[in-house]
Parts: sequence; C-alpha cells; structure tokens
Amino acid sequence: MRHRFDVRVGPIAFRIGSAWRAPIDALARLYRDYPQSECVAHYTVRLEPARPWRRWVRPSVVIGGDHILPEAAPLPLRLGLLAAEMGMNLQLALGERRFLLLHAATVERDGAALILTGESGAGKSTLATLLATRGWRFMGDEFALLDPETGLLWPFPRPSSLKNASIETVAAVVPADRLGPELADTPKGRIRHVVPALSAIAAMDTAARPAAIVFPRYGAEAAVRPVARSEAFVRLTQASTNYVALGERGFIALTRLIETVPAIAIDYPDTDSAIGLIEDVRAAL
Amino acid sequence: MLCLAPDAGALLSDLRVYRAAPLAVLRRAPFEPMTAIFDKRSGATHVVADIVPVILDALLSSTGDVAALAARLDLDHGDLNDLNDRLDELVATGLVEIL
Repeated sequence: MRHRFDVRVGPIAFRIGSAWRAPIDALARLYRDYPQSECVAHYTVRLEPARPWRRWVRPSVVIGGDHILPEAAPLPLRLGLLAAEMGMNLQLALGERRFLLLHAATVERDGAALILTGESGAGKSTLATLLATRGWRFMGDEFALLDPETGLLWPFPRPSSLKNASIETVAAVVPADRLGPELADTPKGRIRHVVPALSAIAAMDTAARPAAIVFPRYGAEAAVRPVARSEAFVRLTQASTNYVALGERGFIALTRLIETVPAIAIDYPDTDSAIGLIEDVRAAL
Repeated sequence: MLCLAPDAGALLSDLRVYRAAPLAVLRRAPFEPMTAIFDKRSGATHVVADIVPVILDALLSSTGDVAALAARLDLDHGDLNDLNDRLDELVATGLVEIL
C-alpha cells in the first residue's frame, strides 16, 4: 500500500495500509500517544478504492484485510478515519483467537474491572468515557478481551467512539485536545473519537480482574436488578464475536466469568444517574 | 397392506431405547434454573431447562425406553407425552441418541 500506519493497542498490533494519505494522517493524529508496533502486526487493514479510478474520481474506501465482509458498503474518503476504525474492529472481531471477545466497554478501579455490555445505544462508550474522568481507568469501549487461560481482562483502550448527543455530553468534561475530528453524516449519524488519558494508554499492558458484569439500559427510570446467571450467559454469548470460534475454550472462559462475578442490570434516565448507580455497584462488590 | 392404528406413532416411539451422550463429550455449567451444556463433538452450546440434566443422568446410568425412563424419574403415566417431546428435542440436539 502507498501509505501505512502501525500501532499497538494493548496486546493487539495493527498495520493499516491505505491508497490515500488522508486516512493515515488522521490515524497518526488520533493515535499520537500510542506506541508504534514493535512486533509483526496481528492484523492488517487495507483501505482501497473499489476500482482503480475511484482513487481519484468520487473516491470511496473499501475496507479490506485478512478478513472481509463481502456485503460491506464502501465509505466516502472523507470518512477514511471511520473506515480505518471499522477495519480494525472487523479484523479483530472475525480473526481473534487468543482472547474471548465481548462487545463491551471496560473500566477498572483499584484492580477491579467492570464489563459494561449491551446493545448499541445502551451507552457503553459514553459511560466508560465519563467514568474515566472520575477516577476510573479506561480499558476500552468496543471489545473486552477475556483471557481464557487466566480469566483476566486485557485492556484494548482505542479512542472511544461517541455518537450524536453523547458527543456534547462528553466534550463538556474532557480536555479539547483529547477530541478527534467530528465525522458528520456517517451511517450511525455524527461520530467523534475521544483519546483516552495518557495514564490509560500507559497502563495498556496491565490486565485486570473482572469484578462485575453490568448491563446498562438508557431511557428508563433509575433501577438496579440482579441478572440471573443463565440470562447473563446467554446475553454474553450473543455479545461475543468469537465465542463459537473458540469452541470449548470459549465455553470454559465464559462459564468461569459467569460463575465468579455478579451480573447486574442498570436502567438509567441520564448519565449522572448511571454513574451514581455504577459507583453503588462498585461499593457493594 | 399394513394399516397402522392412529396412535401407532406414539406406540412405536414408546418402544425406542434411548442413551445419553457420554459424559466425556459434554461440559456442563449449572446456572439455575438453566444449565449450559457444551457438546465437544458439534461445538454447539445448549441452554436447557433443569429437567434435561436429570434426564441425561438417568440415561447415563442405564439405557431405556420412555416408560422405563419415566419410572426412573418417578413420573406419572400422564407425563409420558411430555417426556416423549423432551426426548425428541434431545435427540435432535444430539444430547440423546436412539439405539
């Protein structure tokens, strides 16, 4: 590829190649505090034109790599940064075999990590990013990496991806220099990335013990309820992108997690309520 | 010509002999009121109601037809249809086989 960017995020090293310079420059700015990968990349992402002339004429980006989704639609070049981020997610989601991947945000405090998981719109990224401004370590907003051998969670602290109204909520409390460019008119509306604090990036080689699984749900009266282990198990198999691929290792890893930590559902009407409820959960552990 | 009585299917299913999948090919995680069962042969995970581990245990200790199994589980005669249905489901999942 003409342009290239290497980066390591926690235990995962990426190599991103692009036919255009702009997405690589945007990545370099967003990941300026991360180490360049010192090892062979685990995953390669390629940003390529759908046809050779589409590099110049109405340029659109096809996300390629070791693993592809044939039905994925190309993105306009102005969303090249988003294409790179989606490509990194895709490679990990489809290719990862060392860790059990859960679609979840993770935060840690005093050695105890919370797994925040739920469907899109539950507020995982927003809550994890806000908790990181209140004394928690940000470990990631996209994937929780559960080590099947040790049961520990590994950080994957990519810049958090905020959407629509949550952008203003978070922008009000994080330093302006941690915000990436606003990406308008994406398939998910407006998107803006928040670069984690330097301390979270510096600690990205330090795993944490899972202490609770939290299922946040936005838009209801504040409430907390325990989640049955059977329900938590089913919901986490659905939240994992590689549970089936890991086979017995995945079953052992997930059942051990379910057996050893409580699962709690949190309904919340606003982010302040959610953070208060999460602090209550932590205090009760 | 062979003419079957309307309830012949039920009668024939009553004569089937069932056997549970061997312990060595399954991993179980009891999460009351359900149990998660991983089948190493298929790679499939089954989340089953609490009666299923009881049926599997009963069919591990000895094979048997539905009546014998019902007796082992202390079920009434009226529960045989339900038990037949459960066994059909378990055969479909591979957790139980017909000998």
